[in-house]
Amino acid sequence: MVKYIIKRLLLAALILLGVSFILYVLMRCAPSNIIADQYMETHKDLPDEERARNLKALLAAYGLDDDSFFGILKGYFMWFGKFLRGDMGRSFSRSMPVEEVIGQYMWLSFGISFVALILEMLIAIPLGVKCAVNQYGKLDYVATVLCMVGIAFPSFFLGNLFIKWFAVDLGWFPIDGLTGNYAVGSSNFEIFLHNIWCLILPMTVMVLLSIGGLMRYTRTNTLEVLNADYIRTARAKGLSESKVVYKHVFRNTMIPLVTQLSFTLPTLFGGAMITEQVFNLPGIGNITYQAMLKNDIFLVLGYNMFLAVLTVIGVLLADIMYAVVDPRVKLGR
Amino acid sequence: MEEDKKLDGATVAEAEVETAVAATNLTENEKGDDLHGENLTERAKVLSPGMTVLKRFFRSKLSVIGLVTIVLLFLFAFLGPVFSPWAANGGTVLDYDPSRVKEIITPTSIMYEVDGKSYQAMGIVVSMPRSVKLGDISWAHWMGTDDMGYDVLTRLMYGGRVSLTIGFVVVIIETIIGVIMGGLAGYFGKWVDNLIMRIVDILSCIPTIPIMLILSVIFTESGLGNSIAKLYYMMMVLCLIGWVGTARLVRGQILSLREQEFMLAAKASGLSTFSKIFKHLIPNVIPQLIVSMTLGLGSIILTEATLGFLGIGAPLGTATWGSLIQLAGKSTFRQYYPNLWVGAGVCITLAILAFNFVGDGLRDAFDPKMKR
Repeated sequence: MVKYIIKRLLLAALILLGVSFILYVLMRCAPSNIIADQYMETHKDLPDEERARNLKALLAAYGLDDDSFFGILKGYFMWFGKFLRGDMGRSFSRSMPVEEVIGQYMWLSFGISFVALILEMLIAIPLGVKCAVNQYGKLDYVATVLCMVGIAFPSFFLGNLFIKWFAVDLGWFPIDGLTGNYAVGSSNFEIFLHNIWCLILPMTVMVLLSIGGLMRYTRTNTLEVLNADYIRTARAKGLSESKVVYKHVFRNTMIPLVTQLSFTLPTLFGGAMITEQVFNLPGIGNITYQAMLKNDIFLVLGYNMFLAVLTVIGVLLADIMYAVVDPRVKLGR
Repeated sequence: MEEDKKLDGATVAEAEVETAVAATNLTENEKGDDLHGENLTERAKVLSPGMTVLKRFFRSKLSVIGLVTIVLLFLFAFLGPVFSPWAANGGTVLDYDPSRVKEIITPTSIMYEVDGKSYQAMGIVVSMPRSVKLGDISWAHWMGTDDMGYDVLTRLMYGGRVSLTIGFVVVIIETIIGVIMGGLAGYFGKWVDNLIMRIVDILSCIPTIPIMLILSVIFTESGLGNSIAKLYYMMMVLCLIGWVGTARLVRGQILSLREQEFMLAAKASGLSTFSKIFKHLIPNVIPQLIVSMTLGLGSIILTEATLGFLGIGAPLGTATWGSLIQLAGKSTFRQYYPNLWVGAGVCITLAILAFNFVGDGLRDAFDPKMKR
């Protein structure tokens, strides 16, 4: 097991190396970057020659001056070396270090995704089990079709429809995401409640759109478990149907679900870029979306590496969890 | 000797000894059909594998609904413009007509504090939309006209052409790359497998939407911003990232298939590596490939729409479903002109839903274990 984990960790390092290289080269292909743009903007009064010289020196400090192949390679090692030491560079659109940007805006994304995930599980898992038990029943049919509809809806379409209906037409929710529009002199608790109120719509959209996948997954797994020999044994023993379903089937259905949870790691911390953008929330996804439009090289690199690291950890965690939850599984090839 | 015979979707290599046929996971029916060859009277009783799949497929109501929806969407996109009186881009710049323009009334409130007491002032802001070309739903324009004066319904049809075509092209290219890479990895194993699967691992760790955003910025700054070529390049990149799923699928299947007896037979008859991989192994993966392609179509359409919504897909002025729904992101259009974007949203949702229905139906139909 330890040997397997070490092997997987080494592999993860290799993957991250590859991902970081591709990302870096891509970012360097952009004809301009925010550092040059900002410098040129703020030092308009200097003579052109001096500006060019200063800019070159400035870019050289970040390893961005040389656009030849070896120049990019050099810049890459410079950036990646710092990245390994925990220094992700500076975000020029936010004027602070990248790790601080991520640390500051990540928690809103995490909060929304976490609550959405909990709600999603509370609805989808029991529903999936129920549908599987009454396979081809009325509930199964309706739930399956609704789930498919949920999966098919693009988040931006549903989000905008919801804003139009619930925020504009009915006026139940604020239109523009997290507004600071609370009454003057409200206590911290009231502000907190107000913020929760603002977040209900985005959370609803996220839950509605993701229930489908989880419910179908649960349903398929439950169906598989229901056909297993030990369920027949349990029934043959004369156990009541509810005991069979909730004790024997349900627990075994949870095995693949636990591993499935590990895969949600990137979305949990990395934010839902589109949903955040639609509802104009200052989550990490939306913040980097804005940064990307401005070519904020280090923030974009940092965020994408953050996502890649989360993905790699998620996959590794899924494998390990599988062995932990299910004693029949032995890791290592 | 290596002639392939196509049997309604499921390809079965003919020129093999009987063991080969028996080992390819075929059901009893399928085997019977192969042995009887072209005998049509037998065929009437014993369904060919393709026919069994089709029969199972059409038994499910959802898959039929999905198929009908897809056909309708295609007719709408490709045949619809023929009946539309408006020009290629739906272009009709309307004359100014005051009755067409709605006043936009936005309630506002200002909070202020004087001498420690807080006051709230209420008011309204009345504004006219930026463009006078926006038109309401009328007999001439069933879905109104957009901010450039184009007929929305016609643009929706032309947008469908681009979106649906892109879906098919990307999925086909993805599958071709995926089949080749997955086939090589699965067949050769060892370092080839290691190399290809590490590439797969790396590519599957790259987040799609951020990468497309970066690329869009790069393409736009390289002067491609206003040509349709930008969209093509971006879709090409989508292919280059997207083949990994297919490759994984194909490799996994081939790893188990290559150990079976019919491959031993293929080896014994001295076939070339190429024909072993692409004529004997890959055809056995085709059912799974068809399913993953169908489901993939939906996701490509969604990706195109997402890119369009973020304003980084098709260039300005080109109608795709993605670029039409982009207007939903602007608050004026979202609130007062839902006729401009709801249509595109419904089309996207319907297309994804339909492809998912068909994909699911095909999966069940191909599954030999499912007998209802």
